[in-house]
Amino acid sequence: MKTEDVKLIDAKGIRLDGRKIDELRPIKIESGVLHRADGSCYLEWGGNKVFAAVYGPREAIPRHTQNPLRAIVNAKYNMAAFSVEDRKRPGPDRRSREISKVISEALEKVILTEQFPRSMIDVAIEVLDAEAGTRCAGLTAAGVALADAGIPMIDIPVGCAAGKIGGKVVLDLGKEEDNFGDADVPLGISPRTGEIILLQMDGHLTFDEFNTALDYAIEGCNKVSKLQKEALLRKYDTIKEGK
Amino acid sequence: MPTDKRTLVIPGQILGDTRSHRAGSGTFIAEGKILSQLVGILNIHGNSIHVVPIKGKYNPIEGDFVIGIVEEAMSSSWLVDINAPSPALLHQNEVPWNVDFGDTERYLNKGDTIMAKVLSVDDIKKLQITLNDRNLYKIKGGFITEVEPTRVPRIIGKKGSMMAVVKKYIRCRIFVGQNGRIWIDGDTDDIEKVRSVIQIIEDESLSFGLTDRIETLLKKDAKDVHV
Repeated sequence: MKTEDVKLIDAKGIRLDGRKIDELRPIKIESGVLHRADGSCYLEWGGNKVFAAVYGPREAIPRHTQNPLRAIVNAKYNMAAFSVEDRKRPGPDRRSREISKVISEALEKVILTEQFPRSMIDVAIEVLDAEAGTRCAGLTAAGVALADAGIPMIDIPVGCAAGKIGGKVVLDLGKEEDNFGDADVPLGISPRTGEIILLQMDGHLTFDEFNTALDYAIEGCNKVSKLQKEALLRKYDTIKEGK
Repeated sequence: MPTDKRTLVIPGQILGDTRSHRAGSGTFIAEGKILSQLVGILNIHGNSIHVVPIKGKYNPIEGDFVIGIVEEAMSSSWLVDINAPSPALLHQNEVPWNVDFGDTERYLNKGDTIMAKVLSVDDIKKLQITLNDRNLYKIKGGFITEVEPTRVPRIIGKKGSMMAVVKKYIRCRIFVGQNGRIWIDGDTDDIEKVRSVIQIIEDESLSFGLTDRIETLLKKDAKDVHV
């Protein structure tokens, strides 16, 4: 298929899946879904299905990775073999190692790591079904799972992407928009302060377009952040009522 | 301060002002405001704000009584898992026996269970435990169950009220470690009963008047009462 054949956005600003330019895909978040993990989260974001599980804080191994002053955060992003159209060769690759690294660093910014010297916090992010924006979905799920595990944080991190399709800046790219679009800007923030903890860009944007994309993404993050908080409170509301 | 509603808070939620309140446990200060760092229950005591965690790893404090499982016997000490982020060190001088160098395995081995007291926690959270206190020994027999460490205060109850109720109606010996491990000894039936009661307490730990409800529950099928 030639890229010119695909019309990603029409004259009225309506996208392929019927969304407006600043509309998110439907999101469903559930916390505390895995019993073996210390904290967990299941997230559906459009066609993305992501599990996040948190273990720890526990003693960091191998020993030489221990930091005597703070905990290290080990996020591991992994895509299931059946998560994409062509079978994905299982195991870590260049892309998933990169995403693991940027998510780990984003999470380190919000976790109060100095409370757990010499330990490590493991975050496993499993993508079961992928449809663009999995790193943002992964970060969002990881934030809920960490809060569920009772790990002290200054904020619940959240991610959301913006991008450019058919010459227009839009929020939260879908699958075709990601594949045939012009640019993709995944963003992670700490919603209380608005501090940016993850920012990447793929494609080309002018300075103005970039700023618009950033504004859209921040607004998207704030919307998702509300859903995260609702998910956390919903779980404990049922506990509070008892049986 | 029993109110009829418990307030749930989440990380990053603003709880108060530093001018009017003091930041207690589970909170941090940013831009003159007190914020929560945990998912937990808001607890305002006098003018200090605390957040009591719902879930979380055991955070050892000096003087805590814990149940540990020996991980490794070294030549002059043992490494003991006490459910904390890192294993605790039990030195041969901190046990009631006279241990020769290299002879530690004769006294405690991998897999053995002990009741211990947290002796010290240093700046980098290195832990030392001791057996040199009353009623601390190697556990023989009985059953160990694990609960969420944050629920332990509820299982013990105010000044031990909950445990007193359980011991009043069920003939057994119970030791609740601050790290969430509970040792129960008695008849098989009694152990099973205590386990189910602990499960109820853990599940409903956020509700009110739990001790009274547990008492009515136990009273129903109590055979003999030990006061």
